[in-house]
Amino acid sequence: MTLLLAVLSGFVLAPFAPAIHNALGRFSGWAIAVLPASLAALFLVLAARGDGAVVESHAWMPGLGADLHLRLDGLALLMATLIAGIGAAIFVYAGGYLAGHRHLGRIYAYLLMFMGSMLGVVLADNLIVLFVFWELTSVSSYLLIGFDHADAKARKSALQALLVTGLGGLAILAGALMLGSVAGDMRISHLLLHREAIREHGLYTPIVLLLVFGAFTKSAQFPFHFWLPSAMAAPTPVSAYLHSSTMVKAGIYLLARLTPALGESELWNGLLTWFGAATMVVGAWLAFRQTVMKLILAYSTVSALGTIVMLLGVGTTYAVEAAMVFLLAHAFYKGAMFMVAGAIDHETGEKDVRNLGGLSRSMPLLAAAAALAALSMSGVPPLVGFIAKELAIKAVLPDADLGREGYALAAVFVAAAALGVAVALRVGFAPFFGAKRETKREAHEPPASLLLGPGVLALLGLGAAVAPGVLATPLVEPAASAALGAQAHPHVALWHGLNLALALSAGALVLGVALFRGQWAIVGLAAPATRPLDAIGPSRLYEHALAAVLGFADAQTRVLQSGSLRRYAFITFGVIVLAVGATFMLRRPLDALPDIGDARPYEIGLVLLILIGAWFTAVARNRLAAIAGLGLVGYGIAIIFVLFGAPDLALTQVCIETLAVVLLVLVFYMLPDFRSFSTRAQKARDLLVALAGGAAMAGLVLVVADHRPDMTVSDFYAENSASQAYGRNVVNVILVDFRALDTMGEIVVLVVAAVGVYALMKLDPTTRDGATTGVEKGGEE
Amino acid sequence: MKLLLALLVGGLFAAGIYLIVRRSIVKLIMGLILLSHGANLLIFASGGLVRAQAPLVEPGALTPETPHADPVPQALILTAIVIGFGVVAFMMVLVSRAYRAVGTDDTDEFTGTDH
Repeated sequence: MTLLLAVLSGFVLAPFAPAIHNALGRFSGWAIAVLPASLAALFLVLAARGDGAVVESHAWMPGLGADLHLRLDGLALLMATLIAGIGAAIFVYAGGYLAGHRHLGRIYAYLLMFMGSMLGVVLADNLIVLFVFWELTSVSSYLLIGFDHADAKARKSALQALLVTGLGGLAILAGALMLGSVAGDMRISHLLLHREAIREHGLYTPIVLLLVFGAFTKSAQFPFHFWLPSAMAAPTPVSAYLHSSTMVKAGIYLLARLTPALGESELWNGLLTWFGAATMVVGAWLAFRQTVMKLILAYSTVSALGTIVMLLGVGTTYAVEAAMVFLLAHAFYKGAMFMVAGAIDHETGEKDVRNLGGLSRSMPLLAAAAALAALSMSGVPPLVGFIAKELAIKAVLPDADLGREGYALAAVFVAAAALGVAVALRVGFAPFFGAKRETKREAHEPPASLLLGPGVLALLGLGAAVAPGVLATPLVEPAASAALGAQAHPHVALWHGLNLALALSAGALVLGVALFRGQWAIVGLAAPATRPLDAIGPSRLYEHALAAVLGFADAQTRVLQSGSLRRYAFITFGVIVLAVGATFMLRRPLDALPDIGDARPYEIGLVLLILIGAWFTAVARNRLAAIAGLGLVGYGIAIIFVLFGAPDLALTQVCIETLAVVLLVLVFYMLPDFRSFSTRAQKARDLLVALAGGAAMAGLVLVVADHRPDMTVSDFYAENSASQAYGRNVVNVILVDFRALDTMGEIVVLVVAAVGVYALMKLDPTTRDGATTGVEKGGEE
Repeated sequence: MKLLLALLVGGLFAAGIYLIVRRSIVKLIMGLILLSHGANLLIFASGGLVRAQAPLVEPGALTPETPHADPVPQALILTAIVIGFGVVAFMMVLVSRAYRAVGTDDTDEFTGTDH
């Protein structure tokens, strides 16, 4: 029950968040942060208490194989602790950052919903449950990015994120269903048992492609990375929470979670390694040339996510361990740096790094936190970022089981890392040191609520490296073990001896400082080369695709929903003719036309009479002639009913026909006489369509009359009508007894039609200027 | 006999469709009436065609004599006839009202209704 409550608590609290905010005012953030903080503590206690995974099952939809299986193992522990722990800092931060905002209570509610969804994703031990929470994170992310809904750009970005990740969600659903059916089990922890069966199944390739596609969209991997920078339209607390430390890691979580069952194939490793590496480099470069703080951080997040995916793709024990350490380190420093960027913006009103400098004198505490985070991001000892970087380099070097391609990966990694160093210095150092620049607002130290988050996360980055045994190893080791499916022993330590990895790490640092110094010159030089690439970038493709979809919808609506009644009729009958005709062509239910058989002469005469009546109606030039034709048809059909054992139908038909003819004559009195609007060619075309429709229906009659339906129902009524319902007319008994409720519905329909007729006849909005006229009119009658 | 009924249903549908795609709004109603006759007969045919024997239980007996007509399509058609009348009655009033409001009986001039 504990895990279920942990997942649901956010959803339960969310509706009350605005009320809590109204009651507590400026302390509301601190109050709400109590929930995520205690959840983080709860996960750590649960994990420390037992030595295995905590498992829970609740019946949900057992018929569909979707039960609420929840499981807290090492990987889930790492993610859940980050989600809840960083969540606590975010709520406090949001309370300070959006202080006085009209809708602060609402953003708390969205954030709580998001936290619950995210915990659901990482704790789910059932593919369907995982998918449901996965979609919930997309929905809550949509609400959070579009939080400033008066801003068109925010709405557009929110929609973009929803469409891209939603498309991925569909792929996840398809992949998960295939995977579940191949394994015969929807429980994620059981998939490992069916590993061989999955690997050898023909659906293995589509399963991997679909699931990897879904994970890539969520974790902003190239070429789906473009939605993440757009998502920066969200308020900074949201960016810091969703788009750096948690939601974008959902894709990585999924990949790590499925690695034991699906991993270690050329397809899986190749996809992850090379798309990850491409994302790493592209993200690092795009971050390097940005000047807006949040965008720099967004692209550098893309780069970091690529690094982790690449490490998962390399897939060796060492690489997976490095991936987990990198994930932890990145959550600490990137969360802190986002909050620093937000605090600077909040206090000075500046978003562009080029307008900032020398802030350390007015905000020393924030500067300290920023410096710690930037050093960790650059990979400087003694911070956890250094350990992550060194482990990552070691993982891709050839001596760690990789072939020659290891050198390529290592080179790419060092290049991206150097760009990362420059970016870290640009956001974490440059605004605080050097010559002081004038800012829009007079800079001063931000309030405690804005300092707590970045401060704590920056210090955690230090603590994790200096004393790894306290928090880092207990979190990373079980996580890596779960992702490997075997016991892992990550070496979270600052000193690994003098080796190539250390040298490369130092080289990246030096290169990074050089890049930082010459940043704008390099960007300027590269601009002519990159400009044509921007024009064909994936975000342009997205825009074109979106425009094409909307254009297609427009065009289709213009054709199908033209507003012309006749066009609708043509389309409807055309579809019927095509569908029936195609079925006849394919199935060939009629080999030869049956002969006229046992028809008696008077029957032939009757049918001819009705057809003449129909013809007469269709071509009549005046109304009375048409009504006469209709009467002929109606009464003729009544006689057919008499001949074929349906006296009730005949009676009803005669009554209704009489009524209809009377009504027609009355109404036609108010309408103009027939006019011919169509040309001869139009008439010919219409006749063609009409004959095709008639032929299709005639064919249907021939088929259904041959096909004897199941008589169980009819026989039941025939046998029980007298003995059970005490009525000798079976048809009547069906209507008023066995299916009385349906007849009741029919009467309701007639009443509604009658009310409609009355309203149309009596109420006339054109003559009613005010309500009084209508009343007067009603009074006169 | 079924060939005869097929011809009849086909003829009714053809006449109905032809009237529905006319521009004169009055003909639309007539087309609708013919179409519902055709549909009723189509359902009727699906019950098989048995001459003269209605599904009635003789006094003293407990079940109708076999072979008898299938009662289920008959119950369906009975409902359809009545509902069809409701639809046609509503349609007639609606059309006459539309004629008064728009001032024409040409459906191609019924523009601007989507506002």
